[in-house]
Amino acid sequence: MKKNTKTTRVIPGFHLTLGITIAMLSLIVLIPLASVMVKSLQLSPAEFWRLITKKNVLYAFGTSIVCSFIAAVINLVFGLILAWTLVRYDFKGKRILDGFIELPFALPTAVAGITLSKLYSETGWFGKPLAALGIKVAYTHLGLIIALVFVGIPFVVRAVQPVLEKLDGQYEEAAYILGATPAQTFFKVILPELRPALLTGFGLAFARGIGEYGSVIYISGNSAKEHTQVISYVIMQKLNYIDYASATAIAFVMLVISFVILFLINIVQMRQSRRTNML
Amino acid sequence: MTEQEKLERQSKRTRMILIAVSVLFIFLMLVVPLAAIVVNSLKEGFGFYIQAITTEYVRNALKVTLIATIIAVVVNTFFGICAAWLLTKFSFKGKQVLATLIDIPFSISPVIVGLAFLMTFGRLGWTYPAIRAINQWLGTNFRIAFAIPGVVIATIFVTFPYVSREIIPVLNAQGKDEEEAAALMGAKGLKIFFKITFPQIKWALIYGIILCTSRALGEFGAVNALSKTRGETFTLPLEIDALYMSGTDVSITSAFAVSSILVIIAIIIMVVRNILEHRSNKKMEKGEA
Repeated sequence: MKKNTKTTRVIPGFHLTLGITIAMLSLIVLIPLASVMVKSLQLSPAEFWRLITKKNVLYAFGTSIVCSFIAAVINLVFGLILAWTLVRYDFKGKRILDGFIELPFALPTAVAGITLSKLYSETGWFGKPLAALGIKVAYTHLGLIIALVFVGIPFVVRAVQPVLEKLDGQYEEAAYILGATPAQTFFKVILPELRPALLTGFGLAFARGIGEYGSVIYISGNSAKEHTQVISYVIMQKLNYIDYASATAIAFVMLVISFVILFLINIVQMRQSRRTNML
Repeated sequence: MTEQEKLERQSKRTRMILIAVSVLFIFLMLVVPLAAIVVNSLKEGFGFYIQAITTEYVRNALKVTLIATIIAVVVNTFFGICAAWLLTKFSFKGKQVLATLIDIPFSISPVIVGLAFLMTFGRLGWTYPAIRAINQWLGTNFRIAFAIPGVVIATIFVTFPYVSREIIPVLNAQGKDEEEAAALMGAKGLKIFFKITFPQIKWALIYGIILCTSRALGEFGAVNALSKTRGETFTLPLEIDALYMSGTDVSITSAFAVSSILVIIAIIIMVVRNILEHRSNKKMEKGEA
């Protein structure tokens, strides 16, 4: 409420762009998603509950959420290290490394999926030596987590990088002069500044992981018995069996989960911008 | 002084360790998989490679993929520019909500996107009676679900925010003073856009379009739910899936061969992003000097 809300807008095109944006958003995104919501709400609560609490559905939810969470935690650690290295240090080949961070965004998920599955299968470059050590990766939860680390890593790195670049060196100098050890400086001065960016990256990687399909279905093996089915796979399976009631009910729960995560990320970001505005 | 030296040595060691961890992580997690695609695609020789990427199925899949990608890029570029203009040049109630809604496709499982379009346009969808009525009236057999229009619209959905997302930060950083000045001096909307705004967003727009293209070319989950006929409505990723799932050594090699087409595009994206980033860093340094 800084200005009188009745001020005329100087720049033209407000109504036109507002109209186009809302019309296209509604047609392409909102109405189709609303259709899923409405369809799932047509089920009676008891039926809805029965469909989403079927054993294999619950296992799939558990697998998706737990594996995505573990992968997001791994990405949080490595994402921070990668962002730190790429921003703070200068070394040969840094730009190429930086470029590779983009690979999971640029590579089609199905291609990533078959490649990882092949690499970690018992005849693959990684799978063979690991199998010799007695570690089975492909068609296990471990494989699933590796695929999710692959797709999630750029989210954390790209969220942290810009913040780290802008971070003022003064604070670190002040901490140093006041006698803080490097570890103290990092945990008490730098990390708190990075927390919103880290949380955003974590949230994005986690949300992406829960809904991930193409990159995980090949390496996971999709076994109901071993609980390696992810929730997206179960929806696709229901669609193929024309079991639309189950598919929409599961999708409804997933939509709620992603909206909650999206909402939390938004809160983190709003707090962050409020803080930077105050500074 | 020894304290100082100790600290320096310590920070040098940290630096070494962190660089080593980073290089190792990127090498094992990202570089090796990329190399594996190339090696696997050429396993049966170059002649086989060429044969694998020129089959009837692959050519048709390439056609469908290109149609969907071109339409998605055109639609989303238009939308992206409109939305970015709206969200950066004006303030209004509900702006934050609108911005969040535009980003929805980022955080939704592609499989749910496919399901959403089935529920909207499929046999059980609420628009189905209307589609059937139109078809009866015109004597056509137009379909959206399980046909190319469905593939196109799903592709538009998953790539929806890509262009706007790249332009908005640039426009936000730039502010709106110049546009306001131009408008006060009597310039029309399109003129303001092309003379002032466009030069500022050019590179972000190009990058957004490239990202949108890559995502559109590679979309799998959403299209998988909406396209079931190999050789007709299959896109390249679906063809890759079909080849890989056939499970024979030869068909798996074919799957990697077809994948390599999409990998080339992925590499172009990484290179262009790198160039653009370097440019903007240089610009920033210049601006600060």
